Amino acid sequence: MITRRRVLEAAGTGLAAAGAGFGLPSLFALAGVPLPPGLPAGLDTEAALETLPGKQPLIRLSYRPPNYEAPLEYFSTPITPNDRFYVRYHLADIPDIDAATYRITIGGEGANGKLEVTLDDLKKLPAYEIVAVNQCSGNRRGLSNPHVPGVQWGYGAMGCARWKGARLKDLLDKVGIKKEALEVAFNGADGPVFDKTPDFIKSLPLWRAVDESTLVAYEMNGEQLPHFNGYPARLIVPGWTGTYWMKHLVSIDVLTRPLGNFWMRSAYRIPLGQFPMVARFTSQETATNTPITEMVINSLITSHADGAHVKVGEVKVSGLAWDGGYGISSVDASTDGGLTWSSVTLGDDLGRYAFRPWSFALTTRPGKNTVMVNATNKIGQTQTATLLFNPAGYHNNVMQSVTLTAT
Amino acid sequence: MRALVTSLALLAGVTASAGEEQPINLKAAPGVEQVEGNCGACHSLDYIEMNSPFLNAAGWNAEVTKMIKAFGAPIGEADAKVIADYLAQNYGP
Repeated sequence: MITRRRVLEAAGTGLAAAGAGFGLPSLFALAGVPLPPGLPAGLDTEAALETLPGKQPLIRLSYRPPNYEAPLEYFSTPITPNDRFYVRYHLADIPDIDAATYRITIGGEGANGKLEVTLDDLKKLPAYEIVAVNQCSGNRRGLSNPHVPGVQWGYGAMGCARWKGARLKDLLDKVGIKKEALEVAFNGADGPVFDKTPDFIKSLPLWRAVDESTLVAYEMNGEQLPHFNGYPARLIVPGWTGTYWMKHLVSIDVLTRPLGNFWMRSAYRIPLGQFPMVARFTSQETATNTPITEMVINSLITSHADGAHVKVGEVKVSGLAWDGGYGISSVDASTDGGLTWSSVTLGDDLGRYAFRPWSFALTTRPGKNTVMVNATNKIGQTQTATLLFNPAGYHNNVMQSVTLTAT
Repeated sequence: MRALVTSLALLAGVTASAGEEQPINLKAAPGVEQVEGNCGACHSLDYIEMNSPFLNAAGWNAEVTKMIKAFGAPIGEADAKVIADYLAQNYGP
């Protein structure tokens, strides 16, 4: 049912079809890449704006597996268009999937039965829509000080979409769950190049799997999912980091024991107690660390990059704020280096899991003007002033300080 | 900012499809063939430039070890040392 084909080949086919293979990479290099300061110097020569099939230009950090982040300009709206949504894969064998033969297998030793569902079956279940941010756990890793190895993301490994799909709970109810069920594991159709590389399989605690916001989505912003964002169906775990949002979902297994693979036991872990964390994944916790779960509260200035030139006088500064699903209650800005703060205007509320736009009028004076922003959520969490360093570079929610030069 | 937006629009107009993997020209030095042959089998070599120049010899060695131990890369001890040495000398601080 699935033709395994590397992304490289898929991209090459698209290129040939479009007949546009004329020296473009150098053009991208000449165009320059809008990288924020603070990233590893190696990115200056490496990263480039490039266009995957079906996408607008994104900043390529790696070809294979494909890891592409969105430039700042793409965050001018609280909904991120599908063709501007970032791309993140762990493993390089990424198949094209035929929706007609696509199946999701539901079972596992913690389920009472086993079931295969087609895309049509999925669409016949009650449909729910939710606007939710998908953010890579390692978004802003490249800004870690000191730097830590991994994909050196800037600010753009995130996006917010209106997802439509069936509730995972409704699917699990079809097979029935044993009372000793503990976790639910998810696998996607993408896999490793070598058999000995651990396949990317993730689990959720049962309580999160059956939460009514957890969906198996087949629509993104009113369209089918882009190939590079998990076509034909992916898991949606609003509030939690992207690692749990399994793309190209092909199996759902109810477990009575903790999933013990590399991706759960070694990867995607944060030191226990370092971050404020309401949502716990206790079956995976150790004495010292825990799986990453919900996103920390964060914000991004999207109207201006650090170092931008503006006019003297009134300048509209705007951006986005988001958190793990508690809801943004306020966003405050400081123009005196953090001595005094004042609330800015919040924009449309698309739901507690969505990007919340904000804006304010800044009166600039000639020369350098500094803007800092700090978001607060409804349970009183705020961003941090200094980096909470951790070895994998997760959860970077340091308040930005952007300098605008007015002339 | 305006220049960037213009360049993005331009790129969107002229590139129906790209994103095709281009050769990554790593620094020519002893060990580069082992790096290209082993590392490049599972991932593009842009990962190396991206993770530079902040990893020192111990840092690069840890990465090579992780690829073998955690990700199952079939790299022998001799090649692993050549690779780690190449990375530290050419993509270290």
